[in-house]
Amino acid sequence: MSKFYLPPQGGIPLSRRRFVQGLAAGGALLGLGMRPRPSYADQLRVRMGPQVLRGSRFDLSYSPTPVNYTGKERFATAINGSVPAPVLHWKEGDTVTLNVTNHLAEDTSIHWHGIILPSSQDGVPNISDGFMGIAPGETYSYRFPVMQNGTYWYHSHSGFQEQTGAYGAIVIDPLEPEPFSYDRDYVVLLSDWSDEDPNAIYAKLKKLSHYYNFRERTVSESVAEIEEKGWSGFWANRGMWNEMRMSDRDISDVTGYTYTFLMNGVTPADGWLGLFKRGERVRLRFINAAAMTFFDVRIPGLQMTVVAADGQYVEPVSVDEFRIGVAETYDVLVEPHDDRAYTVFAQAIDRSGYARGTLAPDPSLVAEVPSLDRAPILTHGDMGMAMDHSMHDMGGMGPGQQDMPGKGENEPAMGAMKCGAAMMAGMDHSQHDMAAMGQAAKPSMGSGGAGYGTAQPVSYDAVRMGPQVDMLADAAQYRLDDPGVGLRNNGRRVLAYADLFRLGPTDDPREPGREINLHLTGNMSRYMWSMNGIKFADAEPLQLKYGERVRINLINDTMMNHPIHLHGMWSDLETGDGKKIPRKHTAIVQPGAMLSYLVTADAMGGWAYHCHLLYHMPGMFRKVVVS
Amino acid sequence: MKKAFFGLVAVLMLPGLTHSAGGDDPVLTKVMIDQLEVRATDGPDPWVLDAQAWVGRDLQKFWMKVEGEYLDGNATEAEVQALYSRAIAPYWDLQVGWRHDIRPDPSRDWLAVGFEGLAPYWFEVEGAAFIGESGQVGARLKGEYEWMFTQRWVLSPELEMNLHSKDDEEVGVGSGLSDLQLGLRLRYEVRREFAPYVGVNWTRKFGNTADFARDEGEDTNDVQIVAGVRVWF
Repeated sequence: MSKFYLPPQGGIPLSRRRFVQGLAAGGALLGLGMRPRPSYADQLRVRMGPQVLRGSRFDLSYSPTPVNYTGKERFATAINGSVPAPVLHWKEGDTVTLNVTNHLAEDTSIHWHGIILPSSQDGVPNISDGFMGIAPGETYSYRFPVMQNGTYWYHSHSGFQEQTGAYGAIVIDPLEPEPFSYDRDYVVLLSDWSDEDPNAIYAKLKKLSHYYNFRERTVSESVAEIEEKGWSGFWANRGMWNEMRMSDRDISDVTGYTYTFLMNGVTPADGWLGLFKRGERVRLRFINAAAMTFFDVRIPGLQMTVVAADGQYVEPVSVDEFRIGVAETYDVLVEPHDDRAYTVFAQAIDRSGYARGTLAPDPSLVAEVPSLDRAPILTHGDMGMAMDHSMHDMGGMGPGQQDMPGKGENEPAMGAMKCGAAMMAGMDHSQHDMAAMGQAAKPSMGSGGAGYGTAQPVSYDAVRMGPQVDMLADAAQYRLDDPGVGLRNNGRRVLAYADLFRLGPTDDPREPGREINLHLTGNMSRYMWSMNGIKFADAEPLQLKYGERVRINLINDTMMNHPIHLHGMWSDLETGDGKKIPRKHTAIVQPGAMLSYLVTADAMGGWAYHCHLLYHMPGMFRKVVVS
Repeated sequence: MKKAFFGLVAVLMLPGLTHSAGGDDPVLTKVMIDQLEVRATDGPDPWVLDAQAWVGRDLQKFWMKVEGEYLDGNATEAEVQALYSRAIAPYWDLQVGWRHDIRPDPSRDWLAVGFEGLAPYWFEVEGAAFIGESGQVGARLKGEYEWMFTQRWVLSPELEMNLHSKDDEEVGVGSGLSDLQLGLRLRYEVRREFAPYVGVNWTRKFGNTADFARDEGEDTNDVQIVAGVRVWF
């Protein structure tokens, strides 16, 4: 049990420290020899994160590498003996060659996440053109021109190797000057480490899907709710969950019960270190390389200006906090004006733990670590319940106030009303409620034009129902200005997708020629995941015509956030301005919500298209063929 | 009969050979000892086992269910079921197979047709009809609920009832509602897979079943304190 419950350090109650804090100065002492008392210099080296490789020719090598994050030695599927793998620093316009040697006992691969390249170089075994993976003992040479700049990452696309350390950052210097300046530049790569074999994690989830969830509703909470609302209010709120056999506490499938959350491979106990001099402007390149964990990131005392999303420039937006889904990247600028330390705090979405780092003018300084927020609770809106339902709940009090008293958490309905008007079939009855809120002069979301989402009502015809699908979101809506469960009305300015606009004009201003509806489906208790109710093994590839502009509507019929990643082509996220459509490679579809993006099918061949949560991926996956 | 079931297992395994490793639906095995407990009575204390195991994939599994009672080193009750289980709805499995009662003597064989799943409001429900020799028909209904007092203290009430179409005096079964069992167990999950518990168990026999029991000098209405462990892996 010591693995799971380390003695408390500092003033945070034990219950808040349930996640695996990690072993101090132990984590990534790779190649330093496991001395019992690492020297100060060693400790500092550990805290600085992985090495950086520059150039256009790289030799990368997978080998089983001992790591120790928790007091127990485990073997990572490390690249060049390092977790995370080295930062690869490229230049836009170069052609890079990457020789990847496999010293593991099983097949492996590397996928260059977010990089526009030929299908044959994309690195997904049996999906990418002609690529079958890299067999043990073999070396595979990737070679492709670098046609973009920004922050990206790379990882294994074989089995569950991503969970065991096969990931690293990519930084690409631009040809043209950047639209902002900075004095320091740091990669902040977030990940989740478990001492358990990932196959064992997957098996446990199949046998008991809430295995890792220790935030379930207890009897005393129900009693308190009954005292507050009376029996009728309690049943009105609980009824839907009980009838559907769903848990409103189901935020993360795998939690801090088994995970140690890492920042640049450094445990929370040590904390990654980034140095600055007072008055400098620091660029932080956040990458979520976790297998299963969404992080909510903030730096108490500093405003963050988001300047790029998924490697692509966006109109600068200042925030206190942002949610980063698995596989997303955000570049932010911060300007520390004081000679003091700041904590880079990345709490897991379910608040079962955090990754931590320090920005400081001196390595000896540390800042206070904030306590974890209260664990989020899903609302009816997160289940895609019809608007009229939540309108009744709301009474005159504003969204969700009656639903979630004292929880600091609102129904997402407000956001839906602002951007979701006129877009969904089931909404007619609440139209007049919203008319009172006023409509913007610009086309609204759901008006059908490029950048504004589909005008068609959500259709469920394509979903194959059966034991593999446990729910449909009967009123999925765009919730672009909803920061997501656990972040609503928390008193901080939180980034939402509605804040993202491309810096510069839309790349492909064409209207979509057709629309594809994809439902994200699953059965939580059987732990089965699929698209349109059909898992990858049974699905036909999705066919795109070369050159076409297509709209993909993603409807989330589950209660989990799914980060959906399309390989090879940009996902042009429709956030409400046709002239400035931001490009992403991975987009979060919130529970019970809908999201649309436009895709220009300008890359021939076979591509992977999937949920980037590692244990959802085997089922919630499609092959896309552009021909 | 046994051959048929092993054949079934082989069929379940077959898709595993055609799909490459790392697929979404590996063949898994789960063993669940729901109850392994001693029951305190006035006389000698019986040991009771209620366990299941399955092997298979998401939607198709092969199940074994075992129930037994040991008293003074002798098995007084022992029942084994071997079932093919198929998911028919998001929360429900249909189970068909064979039930064999080893004890009490003489043994009895049944064809079993049942369902198992999670009902709305989180009731775990299991029901089965058994078609026995010489036209005997049995039915069993089980229900269980879990109250989480904390993330580790769980109070679990459960109910089981058995019904039969005819008397079968040799094994002490009477027609109609034969017996009813109500239990209340409080467990502490040291980890998910391992939870010691204490509880109380009330058993009542009815009608001819009760008469047969009285003839044997057995109790027909019994409240027992129980202690045991719940284990799965």
